[in-house]
Amino acid sequence: MSKREGSLAKQNRVRQLLLSSPYVLWSIGFIILPLLMIVYYGLTSRDGGGFTMDNLKLIWEPTHRTTLFLSIKLSVISTIICLLIAYPLALALRALRLKSNGFVILLFMLPMWMNFLLRTIAWQNILEKNGVINMLLGAVGLPKLNIINTPTAIVLGMVYDFLPFMIIPIYNVLSKISDDVIQAASDLGANYFQILIRVILPLSKPGIVSGLTMVFVPSLTTFVISDILGGGNILLIGKVIEQKFKMANDWNAGCGLSLVLMVFIFICMAIVQKYDKDSEGTGVW
Amino acid sequence: MAQENKLITLEHITKKYDGHVVLDDLNLYIRENEFLTLLGPSGCGKTTTLRIIGGFETPDTGRVIFDGQDITNLPPNKRQLNTVFQKYALFTHMTIAENIAFGLKIKKKSKQYIQDKIEYALKLVNLDGYGKRMPDSLSGGQQQRIAIARAIVNEPKVLLLDEPLGALDLKLRQDMQYELIRLKNELGITFVYVTHDQEEALTMSDTIMVMNQGYIQQIGSPEKIYNEPENAFVADFIGESNIIGATMIEDRLVEILGAKFACVDEGFGRNRPVDVVIRPEDVDLVEPEEGTIRGVVTSLIFKGVHYEMEVEANGFTWLVHSTDLSPVGKQVGIKVDPFDIQIMNKPESEDEEAVGINE
Repeated sequence: MSKREGSLAKQNRVRQLLLSSPYVLWSIGFIILPLLMIVYYGLTSRDGGGFTMDNLKLIWEPTHRTTLFLSIKLSVISTIICLLIAYPLALALRALRLKSNGFVILLFMLPMWMNFLLRTIAWQNILEKNGVINMLLGAVGLPKLNIINTPTAIVLGMVYDFLPFMIIPIYNVLSKISDDVIQAASDLGANYFQILIRVILPLSKPGIVSGLTMVFVPSLTTFVISDILGGGNILLIGKVIEQKFKMANDWNAGCGLSLVLMVFIFICMAIVQKYDKDSEGTGVW
Repeated sequence: MAQENKLITLEHITKKYDGHVVLDDLNLYIRENEFLTLLGPSGCGKTTTLRIIGGFETPDTGRVIFDGQDITNLPPNKRQLNTVFQKYALFTHMTIAENIAFGLKIKKKSKQYIQDKIEYALKLVNLDGYGKRMPDSLSGGQQQRIAIARAIVNEPKVLLLDEPLGALDLKLRQDMQYELIRLKNELGITFVYVTHDQEEALTMSDTIMVMNQGYIQQIGSPEKIYNEPENAFVADFIGESNIIGATMIEDRLVEILGAKFACVDEGFGRNRPVDVVIRPEDVDLVEPEEGTIRGVVTSLIFKGVHYEMEVEANGFTWLVHSTDLSPVGKQVGIKVDPFDIQIMNKPESEDEEAVGINE
């Protein structure tokens, strides 16, 4: 009996291995190997191939440092704007109690089905000196705005492109908070504002955390948006890395900077998640 | 009874959802210190009634009077009553102590006061020392007791309970029933309890209000509801019963399935069609020649405390509970004591079955 069970368990394990093998191979080929290559290039020098920290230290070069800080600044601003737009919107959507959740999600996914580049170029046309906005302003006799090729344009692009990544996780979490819990808070004397601060906000923290990550990371690393809406004269760290690969043909420097950025993002996420875990249970008071 | 203080009065409450009438001109009062149970099948309007008292629903017409004040349009957070929800509705991001403290912190009570109240409430629900735990680490029964503790620390005048034991298993449910009775006695506050479980209602209540399809069917003490149901719905819903169409021949004499039975009811008139209710435990099986009518046992099930038998007699299947066994196929006589026959007016229409009744 036990022998048979043992062989059954073995069979099961073999089957599990076989079934998971495509994913394991995929992970090795397309995630782990490239990552190791980035680490290898990042830690070796361009000419000799020996170990060096120079590529990592590149980030402290004054030009790179300012780009990094600007990138961080713009992506932090974009992420905060996304949160400020997405949270009330998700709250409103929850309050609407639409029967078909799918429809709501679709509504926000729809623009994402359009090509990312196309959307950004569309914004370029809207913001241009002779673009849609300035045409409208001119038509009513107002002075033209100079938005294109400014950090504002980049932030606008980031917010537009990445907003769905903030809305969807927050909406998901909010829609899972049961009405009973909110009614219980109301029953215990809390007004709407107190319910929001003491119950809804803390309960939706997981959604906020994943929304923050999902907007902050692509904002920090993007180079397409700054290329198209920044007109090439506002350099972000993503662009610098792209230039290292494409123009300078210096893979080692590019990988080194990527590594630094990766570690930075990793630390950011760890901090956010640690804060999230710490605050769990001890509450907001 | 009449001079007792009416704490809550519902006057002419009507509520519709999408044109479907849930409550139709409901009138009800709740006395101070009473354990009132709203009992009925799902969709009868009992939960809607509770939610109107709690402030989570606004009636389309009618008024809710609380302690002499019209609170019909007052939001829940301004009402001096608290609710215990069926699915506990604890705040999962707070510890047990924080859950209990929630209402008190909103009311800006002092730290010491809150601390004392938490300890008192945890002792009251027999969960001393659980303050630092998270709700998820507690069993269903424990979570429900915390939900009760969270409600009662606010010292409400009325505690509303919406099928609070519905999600618990049988044994736990029975334990919690005794717990609730003890709490009610210790706290001396009014309980309004919603359930579809007739046994729960009979065990705990001072007063039961049986509802069906948005109407009150009967209000009364558990004994009265069980022994003297006013219509077939109440008789059928509370406990098992034989409900038989019959004719009231004269005072204290009723003809059931062609045989004449003595009863104790008067004032129904002569030769009037009525419904009679006979509880299965009140049907006595005797020797065929001693019975009022004769029949044959067609089924026998052992139920633990008693045997449940079905007896085919005069074209009706009688449900009989007895500690004495009569095997299937046995010829038996059926006898019923006069005071065990409950006579009810036959409803002439759906509406008459649903008259509002006040004691």
